[in-house]
Formats: sequence, C-alpha cells, structure tokens
Amino acid sequence: MVFIFLGIAFGIGPMLIGYLLGPSKPDEEKNSQFECGFPAFDDSRMYFNVRYYLVAILFILFDLEVAFVFPWAVVQSQLGWFGFVAISIFLFLLVVGFIFEWKKGALEWE
Amino acid sequence: MIAFWQWIHALIPWFDGAIATIVIILIKAIALVMPLMLVVAYFTYAERKVIGYMQLRVGPNRVGPKGWLQPIADALKLMTKEIIFPSKANIYLFLLAPVLAIAPAIAIWAVIPFDEGMYVANLDISLLYVLAIGSVGVYGIILAGWASNSKYPLLGALRSASLLVSYEIVIGFALVTVVMIAGSVNLNDIVMAQKGSILNWYWIPLFPMMIIFFISALVETNRAPFDVVEGESEIVGGTHVEYSGMTFAVFFLAEYANMIFMAVLAVILFFGGWHSPFEGIAYLEAGFAWVPGIIWLLAKSTFFMFLYLWIRATFPRFRYDQIMRLSWKVFLPWTIVWIFVVALMTQLKIGPWF
Repeated sequence: MVFIFLGIAFGIGPMLIGYLLGPSKPDEEKNSQFECGFPAFDDSRMYFNVRYYLVAILFILFDLEVAFVFPWAVVQSQLGWFGFVAISIFLFLLVVGFIFEWKKGALEWE
Repeated sequence: MIAFWQWIHALIPWFDGAIATIVIILIKAIALVMPLMLVVAYFTYAERKVIGYMQLRVGPNRVGPKGWLQPIADALKLMTKEIIFPSKANIYLFLLAPVLAIAPAIAIWAVIPFDEGMYVANLDISLLYVLAIGSVGVYGIILAGWASNSKYPLLGALRSASLLVSYEIVIGFALVTVVMIAGSVNLNDIVMAQKGSILNWYWIPLFPMMIIFFISALVETNRAPFDVVEGESEIVGGTHVEYSGMTFAVFFLAEYANMIFMAVLAVILFFGGWHSPFEGIAYLEAGFAWVPGIIWLLAKSTFFMFLYLWIRATFPRFRYDQIMRLSWKVFLPWTIVWIFVVALMTQLKIGPWF
C-alpha cells in the first residue's frame, strides 16, 4: 500500500516540478496534435482493426486459465496422478479451444 | 535492532503502533526506490555508452569526466522544459497516464527479496502480486495513447495493448512451470528452493521457459527488437508523441524501472536469486563466502540488463504480425506443452524436475 502511494507520489512530484520550473508559452500551433508537420486530416478517434479487439477477448480467456492453473501448480507434486489427470482434462479443453481459434484464423495478421 | 526501536520510542513517545509501522515501511521503501532511480539514470547512460561502443562510436563524453554526469544533465534539462498540454487532449486523463505508468513500476518492487530476509513485504502470493501489478502498467500506455487524441499515439497504444496482453499470457504460463517445481508462489521460497548449487537453479530444468520468459520480458518492456509500440520509423514515437518535459520523463522512468525489474525477476526465478554461483564447489564456495547475497543478485541482474542493450544493438526490429505470431503460435503452444512435460516428469519422478 505504502509502495503504491509512493509510486503515485513519484508520478505526480516530477510532473509538478517540471510544470513549475519549465516555461509555459502555449500557442495554437504548438498545442495542436502532431501529424508530421501539416494540420491534422481528420478526427483521431478513428476506426481500428477488429483484430485488436479479438486479441483482447482471447487474452481474457487465457489469462483466466492461467489464474486457474496457478493454485494447482503450487500443490501439484502432492496431488499425484489425480491432479495430473484433472489438469490434463482442463488443458485438453483449453487446447481444443485454442486449435479452434487457430483454424478459424483468429490469430492471422495480414 | 530492538534496542534501537526502544531508544526511538523513549525519545518520541507517540512514535508507536500503526504510525511507527507506516514510517518504517516508508523508510524501507525510500531506501529501495532512491537507489532504483539512480540505477535507472545510470542505466540510460550505460545504454548510450554500450550501444555507442558497439557501433564504433564513443557515446556521451562531454558532461563531466567521460560523460559521467550526463544523466544528471538530462534530468535537469527535462525539468526545465515546458510541459505541453495539447489543445485537443483530455487533460485529466492525459496527466493521469504517466502516474498510472510509474505507480505499478515502483509498487512492483515491494515484494522482491534482495537477500535472505531483505525485502519490504513478504507476501505469500508475491508472484501473483507481480503479475497483477505488472498488468496495471498497460493502462498507463493505453490511456496515454487515447487521451492524447492524436493518431500516432492511438496507433501505438493499440499496438502495445494487444502486444502486452498477448505476452502476459505467455509469461503467466512460463511462471506456472516455475511454481510447479518450486511448489510456492512466494518469491522467497522460490529462491530458497534453488539453494544448493548452480545446477539447482531453474534455468537447467526449465531452459526453454527461461528463453521464452526473457524474450517476453523484452516485449513487455517495449525493448528492441520488439519496440513497435514506439517504432520511430513507423509511428514516430508511439504513445508518447504528445508528451514533453517531465511528463515524458515519468514514462521513461517507468519503462526503465520495469526493464530493471524484469531483469531482477528473471534472476530470481531462473538464476537462483541471491545464491552464489559457487555454492557446492569445495574451495570456491569458502573463498566467496564473504560476498553478500545482494551483490550476487545485482551482478546477475546487471548481466541481464547488459543483455537488453546487446540485443538492442544487434537485432533489427520485428514486423508487428510476426511478433503476434511468435506469441500466439509459437510460445503459447510451447508453454502448454512444457506444463504437461513438467507435470508428467514430476509424477514419474524423472530427472531434476521434482
């Protein structure tokens, strides 16, 4: 907890120092968004590839799997064959899903 | 130590209970973070020097003897630069993003054991804490890209978001194999389980995982050759195009703190943490017994930090789709197979795995 607060302080502190020490001469050109020297073409809230979204969803699935595997991993040497078979079934289902999304082309980037 | 606290207590009677605990943790935390910031500063210097020599240049050599004062000069320069608030940006989120980037980068250090009994917090779930806090860092970058309301930052943020989450899965699975062998998610216990000799460190039974972890660490910290997030030749500067002065410096600090953290974590998980590499070797062990554990830890981490620079100077940048392919189609199947292999070997009691 203390560490997190310290981290936040370390974020805000330097920025405050920079704000106080640095000059502040805003002008319209300088504050406009950067686009290699010419005025921005159109709004930057633009469309983006749906694959980014797909990756995010797959991430949620797989990260959950990792979270489930962790408790098993801690005690797996004591669980014996029962634990091994259980995790095999679990990972088998995961792999089936993984093969499915691979075959569907969800992992292709062109 | 106890006598010392009694003395303090006698001196300042109200210094007790919760306040005392918080103050002690705060002192410990500052004692950790201040050297960390110094290391970050001189890591940037080392980076420029090392890459300079690798490219037959000299690197920075003007400020102070051999350029030793260069990081301090850089810090002063950044402090006196103007902070630009882009007119179209969402100001509050724009300023929140650097804080969100650096807070986890610092908070994550709380659980690192530097030596036997030398840590700020000894959590029983420290590895999960590392994973959880590590994933918060993504928000800083996404927020920076989105709040800037500009095209290149947005593209950089999208790229980094999907990159970071992809490799986080891989890191998660790689950590599972370590946990399987160590039988604990406490970083202290993981290091203690590697006691004995250099052959007991996990880099031998988990060699492929070690490689995968290290490469994923490169991606997680946006290092070359995986730095498409801020690839200068493609999207100018990625997420921090619109940041200037200290706001940029905070991002920079966070990135380098994360890099050093990943090096230290690799050492703790795969290279025996604070254990000396000469343990179990008759004369060398006695000869090096006087070296404190933290020196070994730092020496090993320094090697990995050097490896970052070496790799940056050696490899050309990957294409984005190739990086995604590497994560989902190469590393992920590999790690799942390795979980199977390690589980099987443990049950059959074969080799160094149990």
